[in-house]
Amino acid sequence: MQVAAFVVLAVVAVASGIAVFTVDSMARATFALAVSFVAVGGELLLLGLPYLGIITILMMVMEMTIMVVFMVMYMMNPAGLMPMSMLHNTRGAAAIAAGTFVVLAAGSLLVPWPTRRGAPPADPIRTLGESIMGDKMLVMIGISAVLFATIVAALVLATARGRYDRDRSAGPVTAGDRR
Amino acid sequence: MIAWSATAATALLLTVAIVGAVVDGLLDTGVSVASAQRAARPWRETARLLRQRRRTTVAPDALLWRVGLAGPLVVAVLMATVIPVGGSVVSDLPAGLVWFNAMDVLLWAVLWLAGWAPNSGYGLVGGYRFVAQALGYELPLMFALTAPAVAAGSLRVGDVVAGQRGLWYVVQMPLAFAVFLGSVAGFSVWGPLRYPVGRDIAGGLLTEPSGVDRLVLLTGRYALLAAGSGMAVALFLGGGAGPLLPGWLWSLVKTLAVLTLLVAVRRRMPVLRADRVMRLAWLVVLPAVLVQVLVVSVIVLVRG
Repeated sequence: MQVAAFVVLAVVAVASGIAVFTVDSMARATFALAVSFVAVGGELLLLGLPYLGIITILMMVMEMTIMVVFMVMYMMNPAGLMPMSMLHNTRGAAAIAAGTFVVLAAGSLLVPWPTRRGAPPADPIRTLGESIMGDKMLVMIGISAVLFATIVAALVLATARGRYDRDRSAGPVTAGDRR
Repeated sequence: MIAWSATAATALLLTVAIVGAVVDGLLDTGVSVASAQRAARPWRETARLLRQRRRTTVAPDALLWRVGLAGPLVVAVLMATVIPVGGSVVSDLPAGLVWFNAMDVLLWAVLWLAGWAPNSGYGLVGGYRFVAQALGYELPLMFALTAPAVAAGSLRVGDVVAGQRGLWYVVQMPLAFAVFLGSVAGFSVWGPLRYPVGRDIAGGLLTEPSGVDRLVLLTGRYALLAAGSGMAVALFLGGGAGPLLPGWLWSLVKTLAVLTLLVAVRRRMPVLRADRVMRLAWLVVLPAVLVQVLVVSVIVLVRG
């Protein structure tokens, strides 16, 4: 049963990965990629890593939605609804893809795989949390403070000149604001 | 926790969703119609939509539109898999809270698709409004989910329920509870956060869907409200805890109470524009809910 689910998810991941390059619509390409990532998240769930699997699904769906918004925004194609090719620099891309595949496949076949030491922990989520938050706690706190400050600062900078009406006293009132 | 079947959970979810729709009809006292007729409104609307011929638009992306229309209902069912009813749950995942969160993030994708795919201007605006609004409520929601997880020391919903034996978490973290309810309204496109289906854009996400498509989308919306209410009960209101009655009945009673509260605010609050939601969410709600998590963490540390 588990093997069957693993195979099905693997096929879905690869097939929707291929679909990214064969469909002719930006939204379809984006969400084909999202399906591929969700299938990979499902594989992680099957491997007994529930937190990592679910968080992969969460992050990837969120990222793909943001990505499709930006892709549609920057295209001349009105709202991305007209068919268009998803391929650029086909020859170069094919060469890079084939090269990467050969290197990775050769690596997986030629590297002497280590034998397993120890057993999987009873609660992988706790172990993961401790390995991230234990000895690396200081780094994590530093990074999270910087990241969070960056997000808030970017937001403050972006909304300070927002085009919608804000508190009347907060800034200059333009003609368009008086309705 | 006893495992029960996904079919039973889905049936219960749909029942609660239908009750939500009936309550919504009953509470719509603004029209001069007898209450029995208002209670029957969801059924009449269902019958009408089932008979209505499906309209379509010029050159829609039919596949992605279907995904967007069915998405909310599917997401609600997937959410319901980790929500305990009394002592039973479909699957008490070790990271059930994160699962719930991941499912509500799926709504970003499916509701954007519901707006984008029909190739309609109003729908498109509705889809973008939803993503903008989601950017506002998502982080506060994540921290509102963090608070009970910190208090229980586990991401498993069953452990969170067990952690409330002494005192319901709503007492310890009322702000997280309020933020959670607000986020449920957000991802259900409900109440003050119904901007993506606003009247100013002719219904936005709801402009184009007709017939059975519209029925599925509207059912999904009520099912999301029902799933959100169920989760609120498990996380903050002690789950199935209560005197005399069996656990499953307490879960159900509390869920219906939360659902009624959510339904009741629908017509009592003005719609908030996405940019205002954003400002409120990031400048007020997010810092406040962070303080809430800090308070909970300190309580956990002091108690040891």
